[in-house]
Amino acid sequence: MPVYKPALHFKNVSYTIQQTSILKNITGSFPVGKITTLVGPSGAGKTTLLKLCNGLLSPTEGEIYIEDQPIQRMEPIKLRRHAGIVLQNSPMIRGTVYDNLALPLQLQGKDFPRRMAGELLELVGLDPRFLDRNANDLSGGQQQKVSIGRTLANQSRILLLDEITSALDRVSLQEIEDLIRRVNRERGVTVIWITHNLEQAIRMADYAWVVMDGELIETGEADLLNTSHNDKVRQFVKGEGG
Amino acid sequence: MSYSALALTLIFVLIPLLLSKTLKLGLEIDTIIATVRSIVQLLAVGYVLKFVFDSENFLFIILMVALMIGAATQNARKKGKEIRGITWKLIVTFLTIEVVTQGILIGLQIVPPTAQFIISISGMLIGNSMVLSILFLNRFASEIEGNRDETELILSLGGTPKQAIHRQLINAIKASMIPTIESQKTIGLVQLPGMMSGQIIAGADPIQAVQFQLIILFLLLSTAAVTSIMLGFLSYPALFNERMQMVRPKKTN
Repeated sequence: MPVYKPALHFKNVSYTIQQTSILKNITGSFPVGKITTLVGPSGAGKTTLLKLCNGLLSPTEGEIYIEDQPIQRMEPIKLRRHAGIVLQNSPMIRGTVYDNLALPLQLQGKDFPRRMAGELLELVGLDPRFLDRNANDLSGGQQQKVSIGRTLANQSRILLLDEITSALDRVSLQEIEDLIRRVNRERGVTVIWITHNLEQAIRMADYAWVVMDGELIETGEADLLNTSHNDKVRQFVKGEGG
Repeated sequence: MSYSALALTLIFVLIPLLLSKTLKLGLEIDTIIATVRSIVQLLAVGYVLKFVFDSENFLFIILMVALMIGAATQNARKKGKEIRGITWKLIVTFLTIEVVTQGILIGLQIVPPTAQFIISISGMLIGNSMVLSILFLNRFASEIEGNRDETELILSLGGTPKQAIHRQLINAIKASMIPTIESQKTIGLVQLPGMMSGQIIAGADPIQAVQFQLIILFLLLSTAAVTSIMLGFLSYPALFNERMQMVRPKKTN
């Protein structure tokens, strides 16, 4: 197995809230410039894991490193711009598509030229004429594309995606997958993608993490989901119909 | 007014008691408790005020105001128990209102620095400020709960806690101030304020009663703005920790 340089490294990371252990002693890396899919049953702690990477939550034990630097010592705003997250059903803020795309820069007190917003919209596969549309009038797939564009406006080097295609039709799903591949290849952005869709996880991933009941069960090349010798992983894959 | 005349007014308590009994509203005991409590509390306050006014001792005035602030804080803090240090934030808010408004009123010689004026005006200001605080804290809590996704989104994009909570904070401030502003728009048309009516019944010149009422109305307007804004800006940082995370994060798996 090739040795990858990590974009993010977890070292003995645990997360407990109100005496409930959500993540237990996780150690592992997400390879830089690759797409890693994160799979596991509902309630396994996947979203919590993603929020730890973006600094919306902090580990109760252990350390997470970005390029050998513990993220607990990084300035939270800098961390969140470096590791951007698109959460499941990320809301649109009130206003137009432009208002949503411009939000990350406006939070920094900067202007976002309409030309750049139009380019960003094209990158995510939407017509620049959408800029003046009311964001809440868009379809689910279009809103998800705007959400991804909004996170990319921060020039994030790591893109954290939480079930972003779960509510989409087949065409929108295909478009989002193409978009993520493009962002990964053209911009060299590291992608960590939670998905329930095992076919998608295998199709999209260079690398995979399997998380169950708060524990990291297995990591490796994407085909581990088909070839794993771990009973829990095989049982999960079989259960999901993969 | 004699005590026997006052006793006759208990007829107005009998009416709701009879209505409650007839319509089986089940409010008889609460009505009796409310009546007894109001009689005991107001008579006690009347005697305490008489003692304080007669003593002309400034220490008693401070004690009375402190008692009002303590009671108002005790009442309002229940609505903000999610917010760290809410007790002190309320005390600071009430104290600021008291010091600023009394400072202006007495400093500019709008009212004389006597117990009658200081205590009566303090009661109205702190009482109003307490209601405003409860309105604000109620609305702020529902704004936060209903907009967690948006707060989390702004934080996740690199926004500060202040940016993340700004819209909810402004909504709660506006919502808590609106009743005061709206009630002042119709004052004199729909309702005659209690203080003014009381003065007129006691034989005061209506124009003088109106002048005092206007002072109070303007004070209440100022109190509404200061209470909501001050409490809002003192409260929101308690919802986040030093890593700019929500103290009570949204439940995730």
